[in-house]
Amino acid sequence: MKAHLTRRYMLSASHRLHSDEMSAEENRATYGKCNNPYGHGHNYMIEVTVSGPVDQQTGMVCNLVDLDSFVREQILDRYDHQNLNLLREFTKAVPTTENLCISIYQIVKRGFDKAHLEKVRIEETMLNSFEYAGEESLVGGR
Amino acid sequence: MVYLTRKAEFSASHYYHNPAFTPEENASLFGKCNNPNGHGHNYTLEVTVKGAVDPKSGFVVDLKQLKDIMNREVLDALDHRFLNKEVPEFFTQIPTTENIAIAIWQRLEPKLKAARLHRVRVYETPDLFVDFYGEA
Repeated sequence: MKAHLTRRYMLSASHRLHSDEMSAEENRATYGKCNNPYGHGHNYMIEVTVSGPVDQQTGMVCNLVDLDSFVREQILDRYDHQNLNLLREFTKAVPTTENLCISIYQIVKRGFDKAHLEKVRIEETMLNSFEYAGEESLVGGR
Repeated sequence: MVYLTRKAEFSASHYYHNPAFTPEENASLFGKCNNPNGHGHNYTLEVTVKGAVDPKSGFVVDLKQLKDIMNREVLDALDHRFLNKEVPEFFTQIPTTENIAIAIWQRLEPKLKAARLHRVRVYETPDLFVDFYGEA
């Protein structure tokens, strides 16, 4: 029996949406308030969905302790209370929540081998959410 | 095809234990969930059915019927119960959220007529949920 398991985590971080490929006016027109040079922050809710057969011995798709410790060490310790623009993956890509979603997906996909990664979903605010389920690389801006 | 989701809540206690494992293995694998006296959760259940919209009623499913089936097949059996001791599926299976979702699917699926079951989602807490789509 195959089941999907989803775990939610929270991280807080700041960012500024700005592309060096656009003029100052274009940046303001494209990103609006998010282009404020001093940046701003969000509480990001991160949902990680994994799937797999339910182990007959444990009743689990994967042990939550393993998923939690992976996400804590590889995701939360990396992004929580950071300025996203200063991180390596966002030196060239704009730290939109789309791109953050892709980055987190790639870290989990590469490093977590206890279950199959289905998707990563991020709520940037209560009104905006983003999902990524693979197949594309970082896009947009520099 | 239209999808309709009905929510419900139930509160139950459980603990995780596999008699094939040693006490040390159980404690190490299941941690706090291995406490034999049990602990509890407020579970949220989401049942999603799918089907064509009936041209006469405008419904995918009669919600009253769906609610009655959910009450009879699931909530009456699980709400305010100690899952390991009172629900037959969990006499032999560990009542993880995964197995609870599968058990609920198996209870509901044969009872639904007009609409087909699409997904059973069980929230153990707001930060942890399992989806089961009936896949083998």
